[in-house]
Parts: sequence; structure tokens; C-alpha cells
Amino acid sequence: MVAYHNLYLALSVVLFTIGAIGAITRRNAIVVFMCIEIMLGAVNLAFITFGRANQSVDGIFMVMFVMAVAAAEAAVGLAIFILMYRKRGTINVESFNLMKW
Amino acid sequence: MEMLEFVVPALNVKAILPQAILSLTALTVLLVGVSSPHNKKTSSLGYLSLVGVVVALISTLMINGARESAYNGMVLMDGFSSFITLIVCIVTLLTILSSINYQRFFPRLNCGEYYCLLLFAAVGMSFMGSAGNLLMIFLALETMSISIYVLAGFKSDEAQSIESAMKYFLLGAFASGFLLFGFALVYGCTGTMDLVKISAFLTAHPEVIHSKMLMGGVALMTVGFGFKVAMFPFHMWTPDVYEGAPTSITGFMATGVKAAAFAALLRVFFVALGHLQADWTGIMWLLAFLTMTIGNVVALSQTNIKRMLAYSSIAHAGYLLVGFVAGSKLGQSGILFYLLSYAFTNLGAFGVIALLGRDGGEYTSLDDFAGLGFKYPLMGLAMAVFMFSMAGIPPASGFMGKFYLFSSAMKAGFIWLAIFGVINSVISLYYYLRVVVVMYFKEVERDVVMPKPSAAVVVGLVIAAIGVLQMGIFPSYFWDMARQSVQAMLM
Amino acid sequence: MLVKYIPVLVMMLVGIGFGVFAVVVSSILGPSRRFKVKRETYECGMPTEGATYVQTPIKYYVVALLFLVFDLECVFMYPWAVHYRKLGLFGFVEMLVFMVILFVCYVYVWKKGALEWE
Repeated sequence: MVAYHNLYLALSVVLFTIGAIGAITRRNAIVVFMCIEIMLGAVNLAFITFGRANQSVDGIFMVMFVMAVAAAEAAVGLAIFILMYRKRGTINVESFNLMKW
Repeated sequence: MEMLEFVVPALNVKAILPQAILSLTALTVLLVGVSSPHNKKTSSLGYLSLVGVVVALISTLMINGARESAYNGMVLMDGFSSFITLIVCIVTLLTILSSINYQRFFPRLNCGEYYCLLLFAAVGMSFMGSAGNLLMIFLALETMSISIYVLAGFKSDEAQSIESAMKYFLLGAFASGFLLFGFALVYGCTGTMDLVKISAFLTAHPEVIHSKMLMGGVALMTVGFGFKVAMFPFHMWTPDVYEGAPTSITGFMATGVKAAAFAALLRVFFVALGHLQADWTGIMWLLAFLTMTIGNVVALSQTNIKRMLAYSSIAHAGYLLVGFVAGSKLGQSGILFYLLSYAFTNLGAFGVIALLGRDGGEYTSLDDFAGLGFKYPLMGLAMAVFMFSMAGIPPASGFMGKFYLFSSAMKAGFIWLAIFGVINSVISLYYYLRVVVVMYFKEVERDVVMPKPSAAVVVGLVIAAIGVLQMGIFPSYFWDMARQSVQAMLM
Repeated sequence: MLVKYIPVLVMMLVGIGFGVFAVVVSSILGPSRRFKVKRETYECGMPTEGATYVQTPIKYYVVALLFLVFDLECVFMYPWAVHYRKLGLFGFVEMLVFMVILFVCYVYVWKKGALEWE
């Protein structure tokens, strides 16, 4: 069993890294947000794996809360993106230059 | 997996009384705001939420002194959480008082949603102080953050405000990802998310303490918390977000979020991960030094006062980290004292800045303050007091706060850090006093007229000024309270 | 052990086979006359109109987000329901609080007019 855990963890780390790199390098705000969601997915995988390894359900509960919070975050984030699009006509993160970055 | 065994916790309303009152008020304000054909001219919603905050404040003072953990250790009710809730209630109170005036000129802000989100952010903040479990810290953090993402973009007709919300949202969500992965690694190492049990596990299994996984978890958590407290090198978002957000919210973000994030930081690092103190002290020393230096040096060249105060808020995070590095009970008490002092000072300053705001302009350039000191003597005096407090000049509270923080660092043997802190305070004198100089001695270029302030904001500014002077001249009452709070922290 | 799944396999094969049979046979036996109108995208017998890229009205977005947020709250009811008896009064009161908060949000959404389609 333990060998499988290591595989899941490796996958989780890889996913997290992909998400983090994507969030830094991508220019479209929605893609950046999707990359952040990949990071959260990686976190969920890690929590489930650890929950299984530790024989406790805390990890699974955490995943449920992460999912619910991610939904709320998505709702707020997309609303902000829409406002931004209406105001500026673009959601490219490089165009947010009203203030010095 | 076998059937799960668990203990059904008792319903313990007392443990979450202030937060419950705040939530109830938030829901009421939301419903009242949406159901009554609302008159944009009145401030009834503001006063309604004010009542809720005052009741929550009183209930916090009433349950102060209790010491127990509730809901299977999810909520810790001790002196520490009471003190944080007290700070949060004061922050919310002053923010609402300032908003009641501010919204007269920005009617968009005068709605149930605004106060509802403000109160829910306060709920999240105070839960961060009383969370006894990583899960609870995450939930409280997100309750606070999501509310503030919306509040930052509340002036939805201004591109700057939306841009500020967007930057805060993207970086905040990014930081949450790091924080969560840190939590996952700590959970993986110790098998529990309960802060007290993590510490107990590490006592029983000392070989885990220096495992790479736990170290990685601590590093990732530092990144996550670093974003929230605006610690170098994760401070880049601060000036933009503070500048674009509505002025009444900026002060709330600078003080409330900082207090909540430092509360959670103290709990996680000292209660759960106290065994690793020797490992993180070195890196935190460096971060504290860099955070205060960068904040102060960049603030020197700012001409927009909101932006300047944003860099100053980074510098203050650095001062607070000095107490964190000291690591002693003294340092932790210093952090609590400083957070309260900073709440009064910063909300006072932002309250004054918000006084000038109205349709068609915020008037946040430093030059707009020219000559205001003589034209509006009381406002000028209040601003001068707040600036003295930020710079750390006696008799204002900022001086005592810095004194406690730096002396705790000296006692813990970090003499150079304390010296750098003092040097930084001297540097910061320049830009804080520049505001006072501009107010009283600069030639007026653009005649700025301050709209007549409403009674609420005057009361708020008086409370803030009294708080600053009280904590500066008679600090012992608050200092004893902070020390008792740290002593009573559940370990 | 896998033997008991054979009926499922047979069922699948029959299903797929029937579909393939019907399509192939009709294309072989049926007369085929190709002209321009017939090759166009089928749209209820009406002539096709407009570009493929259409903008979706913003109200879909509101409904989708409301669905997302309210739907995810159900996640918390499953574990509660599984352990309902053991949780007793505590669980009941907590779920009541949860539902009341959700209900307040629902009333807010309703009053705000987000559920009205027009």
C-alpha cells in the first residue's frame, strides 16, 4: 500500500508544480485561475492520500471544505473577471496597469 | 477503513458567542438591505451593524477569562482569542463609523451587502484567532479573504477598484494554495490537524521534527501566511490593492487582516510547531529585517498617501515579525499590544483620508493635504497624532508598541535586529512627518474643501485618537491585558 | 468470478451491434441524393443562420454560479445523514443553523431578482 501512497504524492507534487508555474507564467486571468484550481486539486489529492496513509478521515473532510471554498472563490473570481472585462475589454493580467504593479 | 469513531461535541454557544452575534447581525443586515425599499440617503444599515458589533464587543469582554476548547478542539476559547476578537471588534467598529460618512459620497457602498461582507470578514478574522485546528484556520482565512476580495472591488464603476480586487483575488487564491499544501504536508507527517495534538505528536516522535516533509510544509505555510501579512518577498500586491480599494476598506484590510493573520501565525508556529522554533528563527530574522527595510525605504518616495501607508503597513509587518523572532512570551505580548495600537492608529489615519473623498475624486495625493492643518485644525491635529504614533514618537501608542517589541528582541538576544528596527523607525520619521509638514507649512496649490463630516466619523476619529493616546500614556493596562492573554493561551 | 458479468457483455454487444446494424443498413439500402441544402447543419428544418460563435447571455452565468454554490452545500449533508442517529440533537441543531443560513441566502437571491429569467 505504501508504495502507492508515494505515487499519489508524487502526482500531487507534480500537479501542484504545474499549477504554480502556470499561475505565474500565464497571461489570461481565467487561465491563471484555472491553474490555481489545479493547485487546489493537487492539495486535495495529497489530503486524501495522507488521510488514507494515516487511517483517519480528517483528510477527506478537509477535501470537502476545500471544494466548497473553491466554489465560493470561483463565484467571486468570475464575477470580478466579468466586471473587469466590461470595464476594460480584456482580462489579460499584463493590462492591469492603472497602478504600478 | 474501519467504522469511524468520534465523540459528539457538546453545543457550546459560549465559545463562539461573539462570532455568532456578528454572523446573526450580518444576515439581518443582508435581509433588511434587500427587502426594504432602501433609501440611499439614510445610514440605517450602518447603524444596525454598529449595534451588532458593539454587542459582540461586550460579549467578548464578558467571556474573557474563560479557558476551554470547544467543538472537539476546533475552537479554542482562551485569553488569546478574546484579545484578537477584541481587536477585530474595534477594527470593525471604526471601519463602520468611517463608512457611514464615506458612503454619503459613494452611494454604491450604501447597501446591505457591504455591511454583511464587512461583518462576515470580521467573523473570519476572529475565528482565525480562536481556531484550534488547521481546517478551522483555513475556513476562517477564506471567510475573511473572500469577503474582502468583494469589498476591495465594491466601487464597481471605477476601474482602479476592480483592478485592486482582481489582483488581491488572484494572489490571495494563489497564496491559499501554498498554505493548503503546507497544511497537507504537516497533516501527512503528524496524522492530525489539531494544533495541540500536532505538538504532542512531535514531542512523542522527535525523529519527525527534522524530516524533509515537515520542513517543506512549514516553508509552504510561511509562504501562504507571508502573503496575508504582506511579508517580504510576498508584499508586491499590497500597494496596488490598498490604493485601488475604497478608502474605508483599506484601513480594514491593513489592520484586521494583519491582526488575524498574525494570530493564526502565532498559534500555528508556537502552539503546533514550537519544536521547530530553532529552525525557523534564522530565516524569520532575515525576513523581518528585509520586510521593514524595504517597506520603509520605498515609502520614502511615495506621493500618494494611500500608497505610502501601504508601504508603511509592510514596514509594520516587519516590526511585528521582530516580536515573532524573539519568540518569547514577551515578544508575543508585544505583537498583541502592537496590533491593537496599530488598529487605532491606522484606522484613524485612513478615517481622516476618507474624510476628503467624494464623487469625482478621492484626494489622496500628498499635495491635497497642503494647508489643511490650519483650515481644519481638529482634523489636522488628529492626523498629526496618528502620524506620530506610526512613527513611534512618544506620547503616542506606537512608541510603546515598538518599545515592547524591540525590548523583547533584546532580551531574547537579537540585539542587531532591535538596532535595525530602531534605525528603520528613524528612517520612517521622514515620511510620516512629511505629512504633518505638508499639512501645516506647504503652500496651497489646489484648494481642497472637506465636506462636512457626519457625526459618526467624528465619534470614530475621537475613539481612535483616545485609543492612541491612552495606550501611549497609560500603557500598563493594555500591556497587562496582552500579557495575560498570552499567558492564558491554550497549549 | 468474471463469468457472472457475461450477460452484461452480451447485452453490450447486442446494443452496439443493433446501432451499427441500423446505421450501416440504412446507408446501404437507402437512396442517396446529395445537394447543398442537405449538407448544411440540421436546424429543425429551418435554414441555418448566424455565426458559430455566439455570446451567451450573462444570466446563464448567474444561474450557473448559484447552482454551483448551492449544489456544493449538499456535500456536507451526506456525512451528516450517514451519522444522523449518533449525532443526535447536536447534529440536528447544527444542520438547522446551516439550513437557516442557506435559506437566508436563498431569500436574498430571490429578492435580488437573480432567479427571474426575463
